[in-house]
Amino acid sequence: MRPEDYELVAELCASRSGLAVDSRKTYLIESRLGPIARREGFGSISELMATIKVRPEDSLAWSVVEAMSAGETAFFRDHGTFETFRSVILPSLSRIRGEEPIRVWSAACGPGQEIYSLAMTVDEERGALSPKTRIELFGSDISDRALEKAQSGLYTQFEIQRGLSVRRLVRYFEKVDDNWQLTPRIRQMVRWRRINLVSDLSAAGRFDVIFCRHVLGSMTQAARPILLRNLARALSPQGYLVVSQDEAAAGLGDGFLRLPDQREVYSRDPAYQSAA
Amino acid sequence: MKTCLVVDDSRVIRKVARRILEDIGFEIAEASDGMEALAWCRAAMPDAILLDWNMPVMNGIEFLRRLRQEPGGDVPSVVFCTVENDLDRINEALEAGAQEYIMKPFDGDIIASKFAEAGLT
Repeated sequence: MRPEDYELVAELCASRSGLAVDSRKTYLIESRLGPIARREGFGSISELMATIKVRPEDSLAWSVVEAMSAGETAFFRDHGTFETFRSVILPSLSRIRGEEPIRVWSAACGPGQEIYSLAMTVDEERGALSPKTRIELFGSDISDRALEKAQSGLYTQFEIQRGLSVRRLVRYFEKVDDNWQLTPRIRQMVRWRRINLVSDLSAAGRFDVIFCRHVLGSMTQAARPILLRNLARALSPQGYLVVSQDEAAAGLGDGFLRLPDQREVYSRDPAYQSAA
Repeated sequence: MKTCLVVDDSRVIRKVARRILEDIGFEIAEASDGMEALAWCRAAMPDAILLDWNMPVMNGIEFLRRLRQEPGGDVPSVVFCTVENDLDRINEALEAGAQEYIMKPFDGDIIASKFAEAGLT
């Protein structure tokens, strides 16, 4: 790849999805784009980038953005956060919402481990919640390929051993050849949509719980306030926004209040009207 | 410091597991089959056991069943670490009293994740 190719990748990601890509991380970029070049029949990544340069509106450019946006993920990543969801967030919303559905959104769900971890938690807590409580789960990502994998519920042996206890594995998964598939009962709890978090989200609806972890920290300075404004608009007045602990440590600025005793869970700041 | 007995007939696997477990704060003892492991446990019960399934002399599942009959044998948390990856086998291990189950190949993240699930870290 030529130096200007790396720059083009960074520009595309910043302008389309707000993702900050360091154009000096040449190995990372090449390892993500190599499979696309091969899949699309290009002889090299440079050929792929040359085509994108003359046809930037082509879906090829999106494939590049999608490939660069994939991050590390695991089931029940940061266990404590899921414990907070189980013991604080669910019971409180169950009381407030009554028969109205509690809407839970995993924004940037990747291949699905986060939203399925929430679905398993909901399944395990069902008996402890009021029988009237209804919970709707939504997963979204910018990558169609990630969403396809998420919907299939199929994971490698490696993936199901990260963060997932063996009790949950035998309870919720079936072995399919060399892979493991989540039981249809849990898969059917989740609805999916492709969403670009920095685009207009006004049609996405409102959510009582938004998990948006390991996203803010990887965005450009320009895109962060757009994302935060979108999240504030999408969060219901009594809702909870959950970010990663390092993102919480960096601060979310105005618009959100950190819950006492919860390092990574925020509510909307009612005093901050322009966020609403 | 917590102790972990690593039971595997492969010297290479024992060495790799020892390095990973020492990094997360365990003191390690090694055994190359179930019979040797049982002798270790009778002398000093460890806090944790990382246990292979297929071994000569006495295999892992037989060792586990015998261990659970020993005085104090309910104390160690047992984490299987084996190439056996059928659901039936996993259920068999859980019924015999294993706390966690690792399917080979493994890496440091998987061992750390599974030991955390077993309440060991």
